[in-house]
Amino acid sequence: MTGAGPGLALRAKVLLAVLAVALVAAPLYTSDYVLSILILCLYFAYAGQAWNIMTGFAGQLSLGHSLYVGIGAYVAAMFFVKFGVNPWLGALGAIAACAVIGAIIGVLAFRFGVGGVYFAILTIAFAEFTRIGFDHLEWLGGSGGLFIPVASRHTMDFLRLRGPPVMFFYIALALALVGLWISAALLKSRFGYYWQAIRENEEAAQALGINVFRYKLYAVMISAALTAVAGVFFAFYYNTLFPEQIFSMGRSIEIILGPIIGGLGTLAGPIVGAFVLTPLADLVTELMELLGIDTPGVKQVFYGVCLLVVVVFLPNGIWPAIAKRLGFPPPGGHS
Amino acid sequence: MNLLEVRGLSKSFSGLRAVSDVSFNVPEHSLFAMIGPNGAGKTTCFNLIAGVFPPDEGTVALGGRAIIGFRPDQICHAGIGRTFQVVKPFPQMTVLDNVIVGALNAHRDVASARREARGVLERLHLDAKADHLAASLTLPERKRLEVARAMATRPRLLLLDEVMAGLRPTEVDEMVGVFRRINAETGLTILLIEHVMRAVMALAQHIVVLHHGEKICEGAPEAVVRDPAVLECYLGEGAV
Amino acid sequence: MPLDLIVKGVLTGLVYGLGALGLSVIYGVTRIVNFAHGEMMTAAMYVAVLLFVWAKVDPMLAILPVAVLAFVFGFALQRTVINPFVTRPEHTQFMLLVAVAMILVNVQLIVFGPDARNVMVDYQLESFEVGPLIIDKARAFAALAALAVAAALFAFFRYSLTGKAIRACADNQLGARVVGLDVDRLYALTFGLGAACVGAAGCLMLLLVDVTPMQGPAYTLLAFIVVIVGGMGSLPGALAAGVVIGVSEALAGFYFTPSAKSMFTFALLVLVLLFRPQGLFGRRV
Repeated sequence: MTGAGPGLALRAKVLLAVLAVALVAAPLYTSDYVLSILILCLYFAYAGQAWNIMTGFAGQLSLGHSLYVGIGAYVAAMFFVKFGVNPWLGALGAIAACAVIGAIIGVLAFRFGVGGVYFAILTIAFAEFTRIGFDHLEWLGGSGGLFIPVASRHTMDFLRLRGPPVMFFYIALALALVGLWISAALLKSRFGYYWQAIRENEEAAQALGINVFRYKLYAVMISAALTAVAGVFFAFYYNTLFPEQIFSMGRSIEIILGPIIGGLGTLAGPIVGAFVLTPLADLVTELMELLGIDTPGVKQVFYGVCLLVVVVFLPNGIWPAIAKRLGFPPPGGHS
Repeated sequence: MNLLEVRGLSKSFSGLRAVSDVSFNVPEHSLFAMIGPNGAGKTTCFNLIAGVFPPDEGTVALGGRAIIGFRPDQICHAGIGRTFQVVKPFPQMTVLDNVIVGALNAHRDVASARREARGVLERLHLDAKADHLAASLTLPERKRLEVARAMATRPRLLLLDEVMAGLRPTEVDEMVGVFRRINAETGLTILLIEHVMRAVMALAQHIVVLHHGEKICEGAPEAVVRDPAVLECYLGEGAV
Repeated sequence: MPLDLIVKGVLTGLVYGLGALGLSVIYGVTRIVNFAHGEMMTAAMYVAVLLFVWAKVDPMLAILPVAVLAFVFGFALQRTVINPFVTRPEHTQFMLLVAVAMILVNVQLIVFGPDARNVMVDYQLESFEVGPLIIDKARAFAALAALAVAAALFAFFRYSLTGKAIRACADNQLGARVVGLDVDRLYALTFGLGAACVGAAGCLMLLLVDVTPMQGPAYTLLAFIVVIVGGMGSLPGALAAGVVIGVSEALAGFYFTPSAKSMFTFALLVLVLLFRPQGLFGRRV
């Protein structure tokens, strides 16, 4: 909990201010390519925060979060392509759909006492089931994919999210900030306390008056609903949706790498993780191309090694290890 | 007035009768102890009252209201706080946050829960460790945290499950002092299951003795300690 | 003809069962969930492919060298990387093996490429005729081999001293240490054995399907489902559940579409988790 610490040291405030200015002004001085990397960082920062709420705060391990990204993406895309509804309204539908699906999974699992590893497998199964299902859903393109008509670079249609990368950059930035704000608000609210109690010890939590079933359900639903928005962004940024890609296990793992490497259950963890991993992974890919090695899978090996190193040597993630040094209150109090 | 009324409580596990027709009353504001040899059914009784599992027969009423069949969280809302024999702190949360979780049972917003939590920590001499992770506490401190957390839920009845186990005599005396003070200052009713007779004799105003799942004696400490049935179950037939 | 399908499902299911045995053994003893299971299986399949391509070794015969190799790999992996994690929280263990899985699957992708590889043994396209049934020779041999390996494993755990020692560890780790068993070594042994099962199952699987790196995660999921349906830690359960899933896949693949067969498996998983989470043969904890 970043609760009772002494607050931000001066150097932390300065650091934050510098980063804020650098980010907001980024489109002014970065190339399109770097901007696209930043957009990806912000996307993973947001998606990671959404996942962190369920797994980091409440301790319910989800390994099938690509389900919500995919459903969010497809619902919003469906509304746009089939019914002409703009993505902002479509997002509402996506959020509702994912909240309901999260509720179904939560009720099924928690009513019957499915937790831990079994719950994680259940989430994978749901994602895989949906992947195969959408492969056969010809109305939304099936395995051939669903395409959102792309406008030219020079249109700036904010309502329909057709526009240049700069527009997407600021939207992604807003998303990441909103995600941070929501996470922080939740963490220091009754939800945050009760979720952490459930994560730490369900039995003790229940004896203290916590309706464990209900709060676990809240965690899943809120996480799912927030992740849906990531899906909407994904759909309108990339404009093509393939079930094999968007519902894949690889996507689920991608989302969780940031928070785990950054610091599971912390506020800054998912952001730090996303901003460390994404550029590094890109660097590795660039390096490989430079060396003439053009094989798929190198980036993933890199991710795997990163994960391995962090899990073995920095089990709490990068952020708890460096927070104090940067002048921030250490997550979770003093030891 | 009786705060807790236990009537005809019975529970069997796979044919083994753990608790058999146990009845007793816990007067409000009292310090009440349940003792008995190992396997007497104390913990089962405790868990029945705390809502961990339902009884086969019998009722439990708190302040006249039946609480049989309540889930543990509902039991807490009804006004019973409990500790665990093997302490269950929230290790990665601070001591203060641990207690805030409890206080949120009685407070709508986090700010007032935090104030309550600080007050409770002071009473249990844990305020110095408020910002430390619960994982860093020693065993006696963890026991006090367990009690603080349960107390923060503003219970009418506090159930203590062998809270003195593993403590040195000086630590036991300290805990006894804490409970005496809390009971005197706030009128909190305390029901404790205990093996440590030092604590029982120093603390309890009433004692109920269980043996083989049945109640064999009940009364003031001086009388219970001299009761032949009690002496027999603790020391054997030859000793009486 | 449903009977043909059912037989096909049973035979395939026995191979699934052998694979899942590896997972179940590891979990049953060390309580570690081997998320890299499927990736280890495809690795074994690739080794068998290489043995076939370089030395014309029939996958059935490759079982021995591949299993030994897998044993060594599993033993070493547990001893070096995984052992410190035995006492760590569940999700940390999980993440460790997720990392191992990621590395394994992508190394395979880099080395072997994404295209499918397979072997063609002499009897690949031949079949037995048993009354009205037509049974693929390759499938029959694979199933028999799976049973043989499983039986050997059962016998090891039942009758050998080491096997009993391992079972002791599974029942009561502290007690095992107290009586002087080298639990760390036995854990590594168990992981090695589990890996060897996976290796053997991989060789047999090669007789039935092609191998691609991306099959890894799918096999992991399948093995999990088999183990959960059969009951975590139950050896006969793994085989039985393998058969159940093999049959359900065969029927679903025929009556619906081939790609829908996984959907039925997932539905089965959900049903089992909800209504009998300890599995067909598992004990309620």
